[in-house]
This record gives sequence, C-alpha cells and structure tokens, in this order.
Amino acid sequence: MSLFSRIRRRRPPIPDGLWLKCQSCAEIIYVKALNENFKLCPKCNHHYLLSARERIDLLCDADSFSEMDAVMLPGDPLNFVDAIPYPEKQAKAREKSGENEALVTGTGTIEAIPFALGVMDFTYIGGTMGSVVGEKAARLIELARDRRLPLLIVSASGGVRMHESIIGLMQMAKTSGALFYYKQAGLPFLSLLTNPTTGGTTASFASLGDIILAEPNALIGFAGPRVIKQTIRQDLPKGFQSAEFLLEHGMIDMVVPRPQLKATIAGLLRYLLRLPVEAPPEPAPAAASAA
Amino acid sequence: MITYDFEKPIVELEKKISELRKYAAEVNIDAATELGSLERKRDVLSQEVYAGLEPFQRVQVARHPQRPYLQDYLRLLCTDFMELHGDRRFADDQALLGGFATLAGRRVLVLGHQKGRDVKENMRRNFGMAHPEGYRKALRLMTLADRAGLPIVSFIDTPGAYPGIGAEERGQAEAIAVNLRDMIGLGVPVLCVVIGEGGSGGALGIGIGNRVLIMENAYYSVISPEGCASILFRDAKRAAEAATALKLTAKDLLQFGIVEEIIAEPIGGAHRHPEHAAQLVKAALVRHLDELCAMPPDALRQQRYEKFRRVGVFSEA
Repeated sequence: MSLFSRIRRRRPPIPDGLWLKCQSCAEIIYVKALNENFKLCPKCNHHYLLSARERIDLLCDADSFSEMDAVMLPGDPLNFVDAIPYPEKQAKAREKSGENEALVTGTGTIEAIPFALGVMDFTYIGGTMGSVVGEKAARLIELARDRRLPLLIVSASGGVRMHESIIGLMQMAKTSGALFYYKQAGLPFLSLLTNPTTGGTTASFASLGDIILAEPNALIGFAGPRVIKQTIRQDLPKGFQSAEFLLEHGMIDMVVPRPQLKATIAGLLRYLLRLPVEAPPEPAPAAASAA
Repeated sequence: MITYDFEKPIVELEKKISELRKYAAEVNIDAATELGSLERKRDVLSQEVYAGLEPFQRVQVARHPQRPYLQDYLRLLCTDFMELHGDRRFADDQALLGGFATLAGRRVLVLGHQKGRDVKENMRRNFGMAHPEGYRKALRLMTLADRAGLPIVSFIDTPGAYPGIGAEERGQAEAIAVNLRDMIGLGVPVLCVVIGEGGSGGALGIGIGNRVLIMENAYYSVISPEGCASILFRDAKRAAEAATALKLTAKDLLQFGIVEEIIAEPIGGAHRHPEHAAQLVKAALVRHLDELCAMPPDALRQQRYEKFRRVGVFSEA
C-alpha cells in the first residue's frame, strides 16, 4: 500500500537555495516568493508540500494551536529491517521532518471557531500510518467527541507503514472505529486530502469525512498509479487519481486552492455548527430600487 | 495438483504407497504391515515438513489452487445457502459473495471472498479481488443481518482489493473505509476467519470481527511479500525475505493479539484434506458463535471496538 518511496524520489524537498526550478512548470522561481505565496508556484500554481507546522500556521488563528501527545514515539514490534533497521529509520525521519511522528494533533481555533485538528507530515516516512498515527488520530477523535468539537484531519500519506505490517493495518480499523462513535454523536468531520493521499489512509479516516476537500491536482487514490499500471497493463487516463478526477467522479466535495482553504473550512463549519449569520452589509438604495 | 518443492518428499512417499497398494491388490498379497508403516512414515514426514515451513512457504500453501474456498466451505459446512446479490449501486461483484446460510442448526449470514480454480472461473471471480461494489454489497447484507438479528460469519481469502481504473473511479478506498467504520456499529456477532490470503485492506474490509480466527497455513499482511520486496528491497524476487520480515504467519498474528485462535489444518494442509479441514473450521466457528451469541448488542459493539482500539506499539515519555 505504501508508495512514499516512489513519490519521494520524484519530488525532492525544496532545497535551501535562493532559487528553485519548479517541479511542475520548470520555471525558475525565487524561493522567498514561493514561501510568501502559500508555497504555490507563482507561475503555475503548483502546490508544494507543506510541513505539518506550516499547515497548522495556515489554518489556525495565531497562537491558538495547543498540541497533544507530542512525544508519542513508535516502537519496533516486528524488528523490521529494510535498508536500515526501523528504529534508525525513525531517528532519521525525526531529524528530517523535525517531528516525532507523521501526525500532529491538537486543538485550536479557525476564524475564532474552536476545533480539533490533525495534520499529517509527509516528510516523516512518507506520512505513513503506524501505531502512533493510529493512536494519536483515535485520541484526537475521542477528544473531539468528548468536548463536542468539530474535527478536521489533513492527510498527506503513502498509506500504512509496512514496517509495522499487520499492526499498522489495524490502525485503519482503529481510526475508522473511533469515527463511528464520533459520527454517532452527531458531530461534523471534515477531511482535507493533500498531495499525495493513498493506500490505507485513503481507505480509512481520510475517506470518511462528512465533507471531503482536496488541494488542486493532489494525487488521491487507493492503489498507487504504478501498481494499477502493472495490474491492468495499460496506460492510465490523463489526470487519473487527481483531485479534479475525484471531484468529477463524485468522490469529494470541493477542490480548494490553498489561499482559500482557511476561509472555506471556517465557512463550512459555520453551516455545520449552525452559527448565527453575521448581519450582511446594507444594500445600496440605488441597487435596491433597480431590482 | 500443484506440488511445491517442500512437498516433494511427501508426494514421493504417497506415490510409493499407492503403487504398493495397487501391486498388492494385483498379486493378491497382504501388504497391510508394509502399507501401515509407510503411511506412518508419511504422516511423520508431513508433520515435520509442515511444522518447519518458512513464512513464504506458508504463503504458497495459502495460495494453493486446490485449497478450499468459500464455496467449498459452504458446501461442506452449511445445510443451506441462499445467495443474495448486488450492491444496488452498480453491479454484483462475483469476487465477494454473501447470503443466508444454516450452520450446525444456526441461521447466519455468510459472506466472503471467492477465488476461481481455472482461468474461466478466475475471470469471473477476478482472482478473489473485490471491487467497491463487493464491499458495498457486503455492508448492505451485514446491515440487513443486523436488523434481522442474524450473526455474521466472514470468510477472508483475497490477495487484496482490486487495483484498477474502475475500482478507483467508483471509490475503492471509500467503500472499504465505510465498512471499517460501520462494521463497528453492528449489534450482532461478527466472526471472521482467514482461510487463505489475508490481503491488506481488501481483507480488513470484511474483517472487523468480534473475533478473528485464522487457519494454520493462512496469512494476513499489510502488503503481499512480492509488493513489499519490490518497494522496500527494490526487488520482487526477495519475496521470501519480505514474507519473513512482515511477520504474517498465523503464529505471529496470534502473538500480536490480532487473531484470537489458530484453526489447525489436517497434516499436509487443507488442500490435501478439504473435508477434514472443513470439520475443524466448523467446530471452531460453532464454539465461538455460541459464546458471542450470549452477548447483548452494546457489549458486542464495545468489545469489537476495544479489540481494534488497543492494537498498537508505542511509547510516551
């Protein structure tokens, strides 16, 4: 289910240099301009990867985010070794991402609306789901239910982490089960899918949003394109598994460019929580008489 | 019948036994002592070979084309089966079947993956790899069983949910996700048994049980050994190594607390003695069903959630 290795190879992180060649349109762009533009290419609007912290800053009101379970660390139940032992992989991922795991959870406010928020960090082993992601997500969902908070989870994930095999797979059941009780409590869950969201993450909590949003051109799917291509032995249609493709097939509600995300999510929450409508501006008398 | 390398000494002995039996009959001599001794030798050898199987060899046994499939169990275990069809959305998935069945005098809903034995049947069954409509049919039937108060028995045997264009277009991920969520809410007993391949999300999509049982030579994993080898080891040929690393055997799963019980298989594997295997499965199913049927709906929901809620290995400073 995991595809992160392929994706990571093709899309290296943004280097620290001043200039950068856009991954999408090959335009040379000024890194500062990119950073000041929500990490969108100023030329082609390609949405670059956001770290969990950047995403939290984008969505939460200033200083409103309060993190929970920040120091939960994964074990190594299988004694798994690929190129390197799994604990070494974890240490490297911590260093590279600056995060203890692939999911950051907590509570905050978005346009003054209190909410529970989980954000995946793709830089930590491809945002894969193991025990920690599953446990933190389940605790977040349970906390949101207990405190009757709306819930937003932002996914960026290659699926279940193979290094935890069956224990990782069961996190799909754990998180989805927690969402059963959350749904039963009548509370709203918003799921935001970012590039890429695949495998067991898509096949569990990420697809269970009452409303599902995606960033433009994000790769979203169950199986990865390479696996599908190998299975069916034919080329895939253009735009297959893009956010726009999913919108067209009725699988998601909206494709939202990054600069509009915060206002869109807050706007949806105001409906779902039935918050009072703010008084609209008085129409100009001339316009009123013309109508 | 396909013979794997590790089975060859057993097959050799079996050949000798049948030759001797034939010869004894032809020349009308009593070879009972010799036959008995050879048969004992065969049983000891089988036991030794099967006890020492490497994880990847177990995967091969789990995939054996003569291994009993869902329909074999239905025939061997149930006195009645009324198949129900379709997801009411798109199609009737022939890779995932379901219907009412009578098992040892109990009315239940049975569902599960169905593989084919030959090319033609496998075209129809899609090698036991279900599309979204299969998972949606399963949930429709489980919801119906919940309303009727019928316990659910789910037979898991799939290489995985199908990775294809149509499956993606129709929401394979969403179909599985909804099953994972809504199976938690079922107020009737859900008993799952992995009879062959427990292929990742495709298996889990009908695998949210109060109890999950597994046959001795079945496996359950997040990814196929071949898939894992090609991604992590960059070489699909290292599947045997990946199978060991993934800890996917019945014994491993019992140790991790993922399954509650291993159902022993007859010596030489279920594919050599399907009738005997079916009886062992039946005994386990009936025992667990009896226990689960004594639980009220809320206790069933809660125990099912707890079972999955507690899985995970992590530390907190």
